Amino acid sequence: MFDYETLRLIWWVLLGTLLIGFALTDGFDLGVAALLPFVGRTDAERRMVINAIGPTWEGNQVWFIVGGAAIFAAWPFVYAISFSGFYLAMFLVLAALILRPVGFKYRSKRCDAAWRSRWDWALFVGGFVPALVFGVAVGNVLSGAPFRLDSDLRAFFDGSFLGLFTPFTLLCGLLSVAMLVLHGSAWLAIKVEHGPVHDRARKFGTIAGLASLALFAAGWAFVAYGDIGYRIVGAIDPSGPSNPLRTTSELARGGWLANYGLYPWMMIAPVLGFGGAALALFGIRRGSESAAFAGSSASAVGIIATVGLSMFPFILPSSIDSHSSLTVWNASSSAKTLGIMLFVTVVLLPIVLAYTAWAYKVMFGRVTTQEVATNPDFY
Amino acid sequence: MDLGVIDLSRLQFALTALYHFLFVPLTLGLSMMLVIMEAVYVITNRPIWRVITRFWGRIFAINFVLGVATGLTMEFQFGTNWSYFSHYVGDIFGAPLAIEGLMAFFLEATFVGLMFFGWERLSKLGHLIVTCMVALGTNLSALWILVANGWMQNPTGAEFNTDTMRMEVSDFGAVLFNPIAQAKFVHTVSAGYVCASVVVLGISAFWLLKGRYTAVARRSMTVAAAFGLAGSLSVVVLGDESGYALTDNQKMKLAAIEAAWHTAPAPAGLTLFGMPDVALRETRYEVQVPWVLGLIATRSLDKEVTGMSELVLKAQERITSGVIAYDAVQHLKIDRTDVAQRARFEAHKRDLGYALLLKRHVADPRMANPQLIAATAWDVVPNVPLMFWSFRIMAFIGFFMIALFGTAFVLTSLRMHTETRWFLKLAVIAIPLPWIAIELGWMLAEIGRQPWAIEGVLPTFLAASSLTRGVLWTTIIGFTAIYGTLAVIEVRLILATIRKGPFEHDEDPQPAPGPIPAAAITA
Repeated sequence: MFDYETLRLIWWVLLGTLLIGFALTDGFDLGVAALLPFVGRTDAERRMVINAIGPTWEGNQVWFIVGGAAIFAAWPFVYAISFSGFYLAMFLVLAALILRPVGFKYRSKRCDAAWRSRWDWALFVGGFVPALVFGVAVGNVLSGAPFRLDSDLRAFFDGSFLGLFTPFTLLCGLLSVAMLVLHGSAWLAIKVEHGPVHDRARKFGTIAGLASLALFAAGWAFVAYGDIGYRIVGAIDPSGPSNPLRTTSELARGGWLANYGLYPWMMIAPVLGFGGAALALFGIRRGSESAAFAGSSASAVGIIATVGLSMFPFILPSSIDSHSSLTVWNASSSAKTLGIMLFVTVVLLPIVLAYTAWAYKVMFGRVTTQEVATNPDFY
Repeated sequence: MDLGVIDLSRLQFALTALYHFLFVPLTLGLSMMLVIMEAVYVITNRPIWRVITRFWGRIFAINFVLGVATGLTMEFQFGTNWSYFSHYVGDIFGAPLAIEGLMAFFLEATFVGLMFFGWERLSKLGHLIVTCMVALGTNLSALWILVANGWMQNPTGAEFNTDTMRMEVSDFGAVLFNPIAQAKFVHTVSAGYVCASVVVLGISAFWLLKGRYTAVARRSMTVAAAFGLAGSLSVVVLGDESGYALTDNQKMKLAAIEAAWHTAPAPAGLTLFGMPDVALRETRYEVQVPWVLGLIATRSLDKEVTGMSELVLKAQERITSGVIAYDAVQHLKIDRTDVAQRARFEAHKRDLGYALLLKRHVADPRMANPQLIAATAWDVVPNVPLMFWSFRIMAFIGFFMIALFGTAFVLTSLRMHTETRWFLKLAVIAIPLPWIAIELGWMLAEIGRQPWAIEGVLPTFLAASSLTRGVLWTTIIGFTAIYGTLAVIEVRLILATIRKGPFEHDEDPQPAPGPIPAAAITA
């Protein structure tokens, strides 16, 4: 149906789609959880915040799981190398994410104030830590990871956990937090009743929106003037076998901006990143909740797409070995697997989107402190 | 290869997988029972069934959450801890996992939110459909993960590609309709149904013994008795045996379970009891039932059940053949157009994995002498006493479950279940048993597959990530601490929920402490 090159390109786009799907849906759950102790002061307020995402966070989290599994199926090299290379960071994310479902479900099972306060902070960790670590991980992907492959294509790592944290990667981490907190506060503004929580969500949203703009600009400057970026040396065979040893890559200052010269249309992504955040700020100030949410969504799409497009065709460059970098053309599954998985995705994803939309429709409307107090089904 | 790293990686996988599977079977079974209970509510329109559904729904919720939370670890652990495995078989193994996510996890997770939160917002029928979707999603997820696991036991439909140094899919249909995966699916979900039935039966029995919430308890018990009987028959009768003749490793599993050191004349006897002696490679104090094993395993009177020594000899041949394939791969790495080496590889590629077994003892398998090959062949024997005893305990519990639910079914049919106190006590005591059987079942499947991560393809000791002992200890201690804490909290919450009972505002419409009028005793 499609040739190998096209299939790889489609799966690169789908990889981005799944990451964006995760950021747009579970992203606001992470943002809301990170805001929980700050936007809600009383127990009733906090329960209202939790129940603003209660019925839907579970489905949203599946974007994360499916993202991981889709990387496994379509980009096995990326799955194998990134998750083992960022081993302790991944553990941190998993540990934080494990706290989240448990926190939602168990927090309100007991009336004890200390119990509830402990779970509130657990939920904060479950939102803040993954948001931060995802950003730090993206920063490391942009900077290149210290791995090399032997002739059996077994991966070895030279890095350490603390080595993951550099000024640039921390900046990426903070940008990720700001982006998701903005998205979370935009969601809260839609979902909770007007009152103190709503006001605080708008206040934090404003701060996060401004921070997003500043950090995204700072990241752009880093990429333009720092020692970041790679390029491929020599010929590329987009239909060749998935074997990174056949590609040669090298560090190239400003290499991540080269694509914008070659394909000016790609500038849409950073423009969306900045413009979306600006729209969100505008929406928050004017009290237009739909504009705020549309803006925060557009901003997340733009920022993630910027990372992907800047790096194309790289997916995970190696910082220590010129014959190990993973690209769209050397790290995928076989054409057969990509084809089968494309068919499965084309059939199933629209169904998923349809019933997800229905679920949101059923739970449509603002959560109130009144409802939280009376409905026995609420968290 | 740092074998310490391998052992720690295996320890972590075993701990997190066995822990994850404490919650999964209950989710599998209870989701189906909720469908049954809610369907009765929708059909009869009697409010007591709404109370029943909502109560078991609360137990489901507490349990479900930990299944999801610990499942996150499982989804990423192949990448974090089994990086070479992920590279080597990701082309095949990743697909069922991704399909599981798209087809099952989204369904389950999206509708579970509506199931908990939608009671007031959905019509009765609408809510029932939502509950059905949760059950469907949960069971579909079991199907796909067992397609993945079944492929590890019987890696059909895939071939090694020397250009990419990994297995690649050649026939996806064979992966999907892998008979071992199908047998495993039926066996595993049935075990889940039994587990949930035992929980519902046991908790109901506890209430009946205390004379509390009897209206809920006796009805719940009726559902559990019927569902549990069907499940326990299915788990034993349609059990795991159907795949034991398919591959060398499956034959080895069967031989190890039976501690059959040598091929016996057909039809083989079933060893009921014995003391497997690994050093002498014989089983002492054997008690055998003639013919039975041959009948079950081969469905015939004239086919043999191969013994371990004979399977080891076969492994020795396959290692020798595999070394030729390994040598050809090394040449093809340098020159992929070498026709002669390509032909050698094609002739011996199905034994390539066996050559990799030698890497445990020698860096380059081509350097192995015949003595080393003969010694290495014994690596294909798993831990015999562990297999032998795990199977016997598991099977005993399986048969006990049939007896338990058979009795429950008779008693509930005669409406005697609220009064037969010895049985109610037995039902409470039986609560932990399905978990023991289920965890032993997984140990049989996974320890029985050793030394392979993928049967005949990739040995476990080559499959792990290049990590250090230090980081592995960090995460093992970290997971143990988190999981341990959560386990304590979960058990407490479930006990509190049982104590609080099915009525949300503490009003039991039938608080009658006295005996329940048992309608049909005299009938």
